[in-house]
Amino acid sequence: MVNRASLVLNRNRLLNLLSQGRRVDGRGLKDFRPISIEIGVAGKANGSASVKIGDTYVMVGVKAEIGSPFSDTPDEGVLMVNAEFVPLASPSFEPGPPDENAIELARVVDRGLRKSEAFNFKDLCIIPGKKVWMIWVDIYVLDYNGNLMDAAALAALAALMNTKLPVPKVEGEEVMLTDETVPLKLGDYPIAVTIGKLGDSLIIDPLLEEEEVLDGRITFFVTKDGNICAIQKSLPGVFSPDEILVAVDLACEKAVELREKLFKVFGIS
Amino acid sequence: MENDKISLVTEDGLRVDGRKLDELRPVKIEVGVLANADGSAFIQQGKSKLLVAVYGPRELHPRHLALPDKALIRCRYHMAPFSVEERKSPAPSRREIELSKIIREALEPAILVDRFPRTSIDIFIEVLEADGGTRCAAVTAASVALAHAGIPMRDLVAACAVGKVDGKIVVDLCDAEDKYGEVDMPVAYMPNKKVVTLLQMDGILTREEFDEAFKKAISACEKIYEFQLNALKKHLSIIEEVKEEESNG
Amino acid sequence: MKGGVRLTIYVERRKIVFPGELLAEGKYASGANTYKEGDKIFSAVIGLAEIQNRVISVIAFKGYYVPKVGDIVIGVITDYSPTSWQVDINSPYTAILQVMDALPKPIDPAKEHVRKYFDIGDILLGEVIVFDKTRSPMLTTKGKGYGKLRGGHIVEISPTKVPRLIGRRGSMINMLKKELNCQIIVGQNGRIWFSAKSLEDEELFVKVIRKIDLEAPIPGLTQRVRQLIKEEKAKRRS
Repeated sequence: MVNRASLVLNRNRLLNLLSQGRRVDGRGLKDFRPISIEIGVAGKANGSASVKIGDTYVMVGVKAEIGSPFSDTPDEGVLMVNAEFVPLASPSFEPGPPDENAIELARVVDRGLRKSEAFNFKDLCIIPGKKVWMIWVDIYVLDYNGNLMDAAALAALAALMNTKLPVPKVEGEEVMLTDETVPLKLGDYPIAVTIGKLGDSLIIDPLLEEEEVLDGRITFFVTKDGNICAIQKSLPGVFSPDEILVAVDLACEKAVELREKLFKVFGIS
Repeated sequence: MENDKISLVTEDGLRVDGRKLDELRPVKIEVGVLANADGSAFIQQGKSKLLVAVYGPRELHPRHLALPDKALIRCRYHMAPFSVEERKSPAPSRREIELSKIIREALEPAILVDRFPRTSIDIFIEVLEADGGTRCAAVTAASVALAHAGIPMRDLVAACAVGKVDGKIVVDLCDAEDKYGEVDMPVAYMPNKKVVTLLQMDGILTREEFDEAFKKAISACEKIYEFQLNALKKHLSIIEEVKEEESNG
Repeated sequence: MKGGVRLTIYVERRKIVFPGELLAEGKYASGANTYKEGDKIFSAVIGLAEIQNRVISVIAFKGYYVPKVGDIVIGVITDYSPTSWQVDINSPYTAILQVMDALPKPIDPAKEHVRKYFDIGDILLGEVIVFDKTRSPMLTTKGKGYGKLRGGHIVEISPTKVPRLIGRRGSMINMLKKELNCQIIVGQNGRIWFSAKSLEDEELFVKVIRKIDLEAPIPGLTQRVRQLIKEEKAKRRS
């Protein structure tokens, strides 16, 4: 659907600007677009948040249910991340089951959250082998204007930080949910930073126009200690080993910035 | 979990299958194993076994999917139901869908797609036995199959996964290390162009550990490249035989 | 390294090369199956390096046929419309043969059907008159010797081997016509139509084609083929 000739023209125009250290929306190469985070946006969810990065708008709702654990981890809770690229978000999104992009996004955010040890899955166990907390993280893309990954990851983390679980009361084999709630305990706050490559330049937070002509894209999830807990290079395109090393450093640097913004919303310093 | 954990690396620095930290599993690649495909390859890396077929460039159906200025690359990574311990449903799983995309994105930069617009190049990967590192083996074998098919490429793509097991960086994870280890990091690399086309990681690595693992991964990919070249040379050996006869006779 | 044009060829003629292998650097032209980056020329396929004048190319072991205007091709009719036929020319690109490029006069669709002239499965010899990658290749069968091929058999060879099959100034193909006593028409698209006098000659022809397909880039092929024919004929006598 995208006019290929116009893509080539755009790419040349963007490369031209980059050679002068500028981007099409006036940002510097290392700048994020304006970010706004709102929490508690979906009242029926256990936790929710929405994030806007520029015009990209993603909402995440967390629903917690009591369910059965997986047979190979009988004393652990379950985390499930799903992403929906709803048709209203972009002329290029069609109704239907998640396509490869939605599946990739969900799986990468899942890995970023899971591998950072943000969750203590054992804490989410109620009756070992029988009843555990199932945490459903549903990523809802509402407006696609580039860099869904960072927006989705940030919204997912904010939604989890906003999540309150009812306190369960175990009576024999049954679990009753009381009216009391406790916040979901998180052990880490992993932040995703996506870097695009255009020509020889590495740019933070590619917007849609840039994303359409990128020569490569890579996302790093950075833990609060500055370690890396997930990486996903996506889109056909190549990176030299040196570019990867520069990108990792850049991601670690920007993750601190994003985490500060997030913590401010929650009144954490 | 911590107390019951299997020791994956002994004090002597040997892994569960007796390998050293930097040691790859034995790799066997055979070229041209399927008669119908335009290009094909079989790979066995440790116990992982994969079959790859390439069809193309060929006319694209449905026509409206065709790209006016380049070939469309399609890739399907699929695991046979009997390839894993517990029978896997033949329906594509979310993992297979993600891997199909990642593998395609790892191979596409190597293919000179501008040379045959409005066609498709279809890459089919079947995992017959899965023992870790299947997406990397898939990229490795698919490159060979593409070259076998005579599809113009910038370079081959060689892939290998590195990881962290019992705190040590290791190369080419087997299934047990993937399951019970701390980090899994698959990498694909074009050995002549010296660029990375696939990079994923899950687990926790410090900056220093990442640097070490990444360097080792590139090194491992270069070793895999040698296996690819040898397999292709062997396939062409009949040419070499005739060449020799000519120069002797 | 910088300053001054470096003219270096890194491979000897007929060396087996692989995708990504550096062939030459400097003021050379990038020929078939190669690609250029800056002033470096790399191989794009598995094949034999070839250096002729200032052109670096690679003779691919395996390839597919990309039509070129002027190519003579052997096609198979696969479909039709009121004013044209679709032709399989052993290429990722299906060709079109329009009525006006096949018949002397336009036909009246009410009275005649295109299938009367070429039906599905018919084999034709034609020439590529249009191809620019944005549209399907177009053929013509108007011309000396072009048109439907009746009888005979079709065998396929890798399109990259066709020049070798023909040989320099037709040396190989003329030798085959004489030694095997058969009619041979070679299409640039890797399709060969042949008609032999006996079943044995047919089988021998196919054997010869297989040998050429396999061994084409290796020098001395003509002699080896001559040898094969001699041996096979001797077998028959005994």
